[in-house]
Amino acid sequence: MIEMQNVYKTYPNGVVALNDVSVRIKQGEFVYVVGPSGAGKSTFIKMMYREEKPTSGTIMVHGVNLEKLKDSKVPLLRRNIGVVFQDFKLLPKLTVYENVAFALEVIEESPKVIRQKVMEVLELVGLKHKVRSYPSELSGGEQQRVSIARSIVNSPKIVIADEPTGNLDPETSWGIMELFEKINSRGTTIVMATHNREIVNTIRRRVIAMENGKIVRDEAKGEYGYEA
Amino acid sequence: MRLSTLQRHMRESVKSLGRNGWMTFASISAVTVTLLLVGVFLVVMFNMNHFAKKIENDVEIRVHIDVTANNQDKQALRAKIEKIPQVKEIRYSSKDEELKRLIKSFGEEGSSFRLFEQDNPLSDVYVVKTANPVDTIKAAKKIEKFPFVHKVNYGQGQVEKLFSTLKIARNIGLVLIIGLLFTAMFLISNTIKITIFARRREIEIMRLVGATNGFIRWPFFLEGLWLGVIGAIFPIAAVSVVYYNIYKFFEPKITIPFFELLPFNPFMWQISLLLLLIGACIGVWGSMMSVRKFLKI
Ligand SMILES: Nc1ncnc2c1ncn2[C@@H]1O[C@H](COP(=O)(O)OP(=O)(O)OP(=O)(O)O)[C@@H](O)[C@H]1O
Ligand SMILES: [Mg+2]
Repeated sequence: MIEMQNVYKTYPNGVVALNDVSVRIKQGEFVYVVGPSGAGKSTFIKMMYREEKPTSGTIMVHGVNLEKLKDSKVPLLRRNIGVVFQDFKLLPKLTVYENVAFALEVIEESPKVIRQKVMEVLELVGLKHKVRSYPSELSGGEQQRVSIARSIVNSPKIVIADEPTGNLDPETSWGIMELFEKINSRGTTIVMATHNREIVNTIRRRVIAMENGKIVRDEAKGEYGYEA
Repeated sequence: MRLSTLQRHMRESVKSLGRNGWMTFASISAVTVTLLLVGVFLVVMFNMNHFAKKIENDVEIRVHIDVTANNQDKQALRAKIEKIPQVKEIRYSSKDEELKRLIKSFGEEGSSFRLFEQDNPLSDVYVVKTANPVDTIKAAKKIEKFPFVHKVNYGQGQVEKLFSTLKIARNIGLVLIIGLLFTAMFLISNTIKITIFARRREIEIMRLVGATNGFIRWPFFLEGLWLGVIGAIFPIAAVSVVYYNIYKFFEPKITIPFFELLPFNPFMWQISLLLLLIGACIGVWGSMMSVRKFLKI
C-alpha cells in the first residue's frame, strides 16, 4: 500500500515538480502514470523509493512514514521495492546471472538461496539459457528482462518502472508488458510511468494522468488520453 | 557479516584492482613514491636522532676543584652536587688522572706534557652528568656557585648551539614527513576518486537494490588497503637493500666520533612495519574519503 497526502516537491533550482499530489495505491494494483514530458511522473515515482524527499506532505509505504525514515533505514525500504528503468541499469562487466545475483548478494543472502532464486527468476523471464551472457551480447528486450529479473528476485511487494519500454520496439514492448502482467498476477503492486499509448489503451488498468505536477485524472481501467 | 559476504568483498576488491588497471597502477605508484620518500626520510631522521642522542650523552660537566680544598671540602662539594635533582652521575678524577688523559688525547705529541708530571698544574675534577642532557647548562650554572669550585667546564657556547641545532633539525624533519604524508593521501584519494567516478553506476545500482552504506564501503576499504600494501612493497625492499649496503660499508670503520648507524636488525624491521602501516593507512583513508560523497542518500 502506497499513500501520498498533499505532497509538494520543489527542486533546488525552483522547479515545482509535484504540486499537491494525493493518491492511494492498494496492494496488488497495476497503475500507469501518464502525462506529457516534464509533468512530474519520474519525480512522483522517485518519492516512493525515497530517491527524492518531498518538500512537504506525507508519504506512507507499507505503513512506513518515509518522512520519519532514517537515512540508514532506506536500504531496508528498497529491499521491498523493485525498480526498473528505461536504460536497464545493468552492470556491463557482469554476466546475466551475476547481474541478477547482485541484488541478493547485497542483502547478504546465502549462496545456496541466491543460486536457487536467481535461476527461478531467470526462468520466469525466459532467459535461463543466457545466464552466462554479458549485457552487450543481449538485445534491448533481453536486457530489460534481466533488469526486471533483478528487480523481483528478492520478491518485493512493489515494482516501480519508469518508462520500461521507452527504448524498445513495439513488438518487444508487448513481451515486456506480458511479463509485468505475470508479476502483477502474483500479487505484486506495479507502478509504471509510460508514454506508450497503445499499451495503456489495450491492457486496461488504472491510469493516473499528470500535468504540471498535478494529478488531473485518476481512472480505473482508464485511457491514455493524450495525442501520441 | 556472513563469511560468503566477506569472500565476496575480497573477490570484488581484487577484481576491481584488475578492472581499473591504469588507475590501480597510478594509485600504487603514488603510494610507492611517497613511501620511498617517507622511508628515506624516516631512516635519516632516526639515525640523526641516534647520533644526536650519542652526542648529547657525551655532554658532561667538568667541575674543577679549587686547590685549597681538603678532602673534607671535596666530600662536602660532592654531596652538594649530588643533591641537585637533575644530576645522574658523578665521578671523581684526580689531577694525575687528568694529566694522563691529556697526554693520551694528544697522542704522539702528548709526551711533551710529561714535563708536568713532577709539578702538575691541573686540578682535581668531578665529572658530572645529568639525567637529561638538556639540563647540563642549568646544573653547571648551579655548581659554579658552590664553594671550592675553581672553574666549571661544559663546552660553553657549543653545547647550547648543539642543542638548538638538534631541536631545529628534528622539527624540520617532522614537518616534512607530515607534509609528505598529507600529499600522498591527497594524491591517492584523488586517484581513487577517479576510479570510483567510473563506478558510480555500480554504487547507484547497489543502493537501488538496498545495499547498506557499510556493505558498499567494504570493497572500497579493502581495495584501498591492497593499494597501500602493494604500494609499500617496493619502498620497503629498496630502503632495506640500500640501508643494508650502507650499513655493511660503514660498520667496520667507525672512525668519525658519534657516527654510528642504527643496526640493520631490528631497525629495518621496524621501519618496514612502519612503512607497511603507513601505506595501509593512506590507502584506506584515501579510498574512504573518495567513496564518501557517493554514499549520501
Ligand atoms: N533533479 C532535478 N533537479 C531539478 N529539476 C528537476 C530534477 N528532476 C526533474 N526536474 C524537473 O522537474 C520537472 C518534472 O520532471 P520529471 O522528470 O518528473 O518529469 P517526467 O514527467 O518524468 O518527464 P519525462 O516524461 O520527460 O520523463 C521537470 O520540469 C524537470 O525539469
Ligand atoms: Mg521521466
